[in-house]
Amino acid sequence: MALLEVDDLVVQFYTDDGVVRAVDGISYEIRAGETVGLVGESGAGKSVASLALLRLLRDPGEIVRGEIRFDGRDLRECSAADLREIRGNDIAMVFQDADAALNPVYTVGEQIAEAIRAHEPVTDREARERAIDLLERVGIADATTRYSDYPHEFSGGMQQRAVIAMALSCDPALLICDEPTTGLDVTVQAGILELLADLARESETAIQLVTHDLGVVAELCDRVLVQYAGEIVERAPVEDLFYDPKHPYTAGLLASIPRLGDDRNRLATIPGTMPSLVDPPTGCRFHPRCPFAEDACARRNPSLVGAASGTSAVDAGPDAHLAACLEYTGDLEAGLDYEVQVRDGSETGADDPCRERNPGTRRGETR
Amino acid sequence: MSLGRYVLTRISVAVPVLLGVTALTFSFIHALPGDPIDALVGFRSVSPATEASIRAEYHLDRPIWEQYLLWVRNVLVLEFGESPITGRNVAATVGRRLPATLALGGAAWLLALAIGVPTGIVAAVRRGGPADELSRLAALAGIATPNFWLGLVLLLIFGVRLGWVRVIPPDAPLASLAMAKFMLLPTITLGTASAAFVTRLLRSSMLAELDAAYVRTARAKGLRERTVILKHVLRNALLPVVTITGLQLAFLIDGAVVVERIFSWPGMGRLLVRSILQRDYPVIQAGVLLIGVSIVLANLLVDIVYAVLDPRIRY
Repeated sequence: MALLEVDDLVVQFYTDDGVVRAVDGISYEIRAGETVGLVGESGAGKSVASLALLRLLRDPGEIVRGEIRFDGRDLRECSAADLREIRGNDIAMVFQDADAALNPVYTVGEQIAEAIRAHEPVTDREARERAIDLLERVGIADATTRYSDYPHEFSGGMQQRAVIAMALSCDPALLICDEPTTGLDVTVQAGILELLADLARESETAIQLVTHDLGVVAELCDRVLVQYAGEIVERAPVEDLFYDPKHPYTAGLLASIPRLGDDRNRLATIPGTMPSLVDPPTGCRFHPRCPFAEDACARRNPSLVGAASGTSAVDAGPDAHLAACLEYTGDLEAGLDYEVQVRDGSETGADDPCRERNPGTRRGETR
Repeated sequence: MSLGRYVLTRISVAVPVLLGVTALTFSFIHALPGDPIDALVGFRSVSPATEASIRAEYHLDRPIWEQYLLWVRNVLVLEFGESPITGRNVAATVGRRLPATLALGGAAWLLALAIGVPTGIVAAVRRGGPADELSRLAALAGIATPNFWLGLVLLLIFGVRLGWVRVIPPDAPLASLAMAKFMLLPTITLGTASAAFVTRLLRSSMLAELDAAYVRTARAKGLRERTVILKHVLRNALLPVVTITGLQLAFLIDGAVVVERIFSWPGMGRLLVRSILQRDYPVIQAGVLLIGVSIVLANLLVDIVYAVLDPRIRY
């Protein structure tokens, strides 16, 4: 049994324009200790899917279908008190924009200590000492003094570290990081990523990393889920995804990463924009933007199947490379016409395997 | 800067404010038609010599600026002079009435907070529910009801018809049970509009804060909803309320003229109105100074509470 099992989760928002299905039937699992990336453009429903796990959605958002099983318990069914026990204790969240995520009128230390006090029978002093240890662990110098600082006295990177310390306070089995490095300077980002990488390596904590940044995914994740317009369109172990993307959307995402030594004048982009989720396209949701779309794509919504076997996700097994494209059920006449170029490390000089062999794609000449 | 030094700076800034306010009133009263001499002599004709001697006695023969400086000099040693109308010591008159005014204004203010803060919280948390709608209606009624009407109706029902409370204040010390009972109606009359105001203000500021990202963080930590609301949201939502209620405190203390009149309350408001009608300069000046001081103090209080509530405000 996996630590977290999400099955056919559907989240809707009731807006003036109509019902928005921000998350439309996603299923995935996270095993203890592994790091899983959830990537996609803004508006793909990544953050909504993450908030839904702990039932943190606010009106007008609502989970309308699906199961969220954590350690065998269905989080949708459990009582408010049980859910409170799980929040912060078994599953913790790291939010983007740490400046806003911290309450401006309480000290950083107090905000960490209160999370400990909420779940464990500790004295105020013990909670304080543990909070100071946590601040040290996430790399905040002079933690004892810094404990009494207010959030506005912290830099952006330190605030994000404090938010991570808060999430780690009760040794959660699962850490959900929602765009943890968005809005930070590149050097600060690197520091935060290193911290998360250390965490993933040293502790037993599983991480669900929500990001739009494929570079971050390459650095940290074991497996990746690619989300588009509320659906998961590809799932793969991280290396397979980068070396051999199976979904045209993933291929487009990878092609749009800028690279050193690139001789193109412009960055590759995926034409068009994410469709409106009030009125999503018929068939495959990506077909209006897909260079390889055929008539069938507008009629049939492909299901997520094993890219090699063409069998259903369940039959293909937990580590199989899955993609939601008619190509893999044999329904595409011309097939997908792109190839991945893997560059060797001499150009960038980096020794990180993912950065070293940056994959690229080439589209069909006619497009 | 320490809080102590901050307070001292604020007080020193208040001095020119008070000088300005009193100087303005001083010149305005003297610009009004009417002469205190007329009231002093009971509107009879007196010989120019008598009039001159009375003028000299109260320094009314000097230029206005000199009269003002004389007044300031005396105030600095807490000497407010005598009322030329009643012949009574101004400090004693004001001193007798001030506690009554402070008691009524303070009680109305506490009532406003005691009703407005919990109601505002409930209305925001149960937004759109029956409690919210009910509080909206009640607040609308509270703000729209003129306090002279409310006072008269309350007095009519509970004082005259039901006979539960006295219609005029009992002959008892201010800090007595009989007086506390009598103060109930004027307190409600004076505090209702403020309570309604605090309710609406806190509701809207709570709603704004409830959408803040830190609220989600607090919930994600597994805190009780009660803690999330009362510890995290309320403290942030109180900031705008503090600004308004601080000024309301000053307003309730200074602006109770109508309510004092209805309930025959021996407060500053009635004293001031009478003094203005009689051109009783020393009493008016003392009253204006007191109002100025109370507003300055209320502002100071607001600033201090603000700084305590929100560490981002550096003093």
